[in-house]
Amino acid sequence: MHFIAGLHSGVLWTWGIALVCVLTLALRVLYVLFQRKPATARTKPAKTLIVLGSGGHSAEMLMLLDKMDKARYSPRSYVVAATDRMSGPKALARERIWQNEDSPTGFNIHHIPRSREVGQSYVTSVITTLYSLVFAFVLVLREVPDLVLVNGPGTCIPICAAAFVYRVFGLMGTRIVYVESIARTRRFSLSAKLLYHLRMADLVFVQWEQLTRTYPRALYAGRLY
Amino acid sequence: MPPANRSVFVTVGTTKFEALVERVDSLELLRALRDKGYTKIIIQKGNGIYCPNVIVPKGQTKATTEGVEVEYFDYSPSLASYIASAALVISHAGSGSIFETLTARVPLIVVPNPLLMDNHQVELGEQLADMGHLVSAAPCDLLAAVRSFDASRLVPYTKGSTEDMVRAIDRQLGFAP
Repeated sequence: MHFIAGLHSGVLWTWGIALVCVLTLALRVLYVLFQRKPATARTKPAKTLIVLGSGGHSAEMLMLLDKMDKARYSPRSYVVAATDRMSGPKALARERIWQNEDSPTGFNIHHIPRSREVGQSYVTSVITTLYSLVFAFVLVLREVPDLVLVNGPGTCIPICAAAFVYRVFGLMGTRIVYVESIARTRRFSLSAKLLYHLRMADLVFVQWEQLTRTYPRALYAGRLY
Repeated sequence: MPPANRSVFVTVGTTKFEALVERVDSLELLRALRDKGYTKIIIQKGNGIYCPNVIVPKGQTKATTEGVEVEYFDYSPSLASYIASAALVISHAGSGSIFETLTARVPLIVVPNPLLMDNHQVELGEQLADMGHLVSAAPCDLLAAVRSFDASRLVPYTKGSTEDMVRAIDRQLGFAP
């Protein structure tokens, strides 16, 4: 009798603790999602993780970086899809100029497996997406960035998810800033939709004012071109 | 007196756009361009297999056809210099080539690639066409677009400013006062 009562209370305790954990986590997620304030005054540079998409995306990202204070946003780490042979060299070329003219604050380039290649089947893309998720979680944990700067495409989602999860657990206070491509004039890209609706990004910039009517939390602050 | 060399630069970007190259490779289009006062056509055809062989004889990459100089090549790392020295650009509607052309103040006709899966290039082309900065045409409408093209009706594009964007990021990260 005594034994059964003991077991009973043990089970209750387990369930009770599990419930408290789940509730705490849920509250924490809601807190991070809705309690969005700019960071408190920063004196040290902000470590920056930049995800470079291909072609037009990389070009826009490098245009934005060109106007940012490189001494503030340093050191910079670039994440490039392993199959993208153009973006790495482009970033490298620009960094060589910035390191000379702006501030010699250092940078490096990482290669991440792409979650989905153009034309890849959806079955295999589940596996590759999982792989790039694991890769992203390890990378973000090693980098502990203050800022994740992204402008799509898909490659940026695992990185943002990792940064967001670590922030929920209080491991880092990473800010996520997304800049929607200038090519998006009326509709969001899938990356933008995910980051906007799931409230993962602290800032979502659009480059066409009419988009803020559909997405009121997005910010129009001029165009890169 | 018109300038001696008024060239048209046709660009398909880093990949390929066969439908555009095929449309440009036509004597009708060549004559339409000549009638507008253009004297040269330079085609950056990308890595597609179609080679212009109507307006350039087979086996050659350069020719003079009906008084118009024509030449084509696959790709060049310095498309910017071709754009800057052109009197008209006909481009696949990639955002890079669009804005490079607009900021160089060169008249532009864009032809969005209808074969691209998620085609937001059409979106950008139509947006800028609505604002009067360029003319957007489907491959099958290119000839008509060239015939009715009037560069003087285009609205010059004013380059955007990134200051506010950078300021908002600074504030978000705790740098701003």
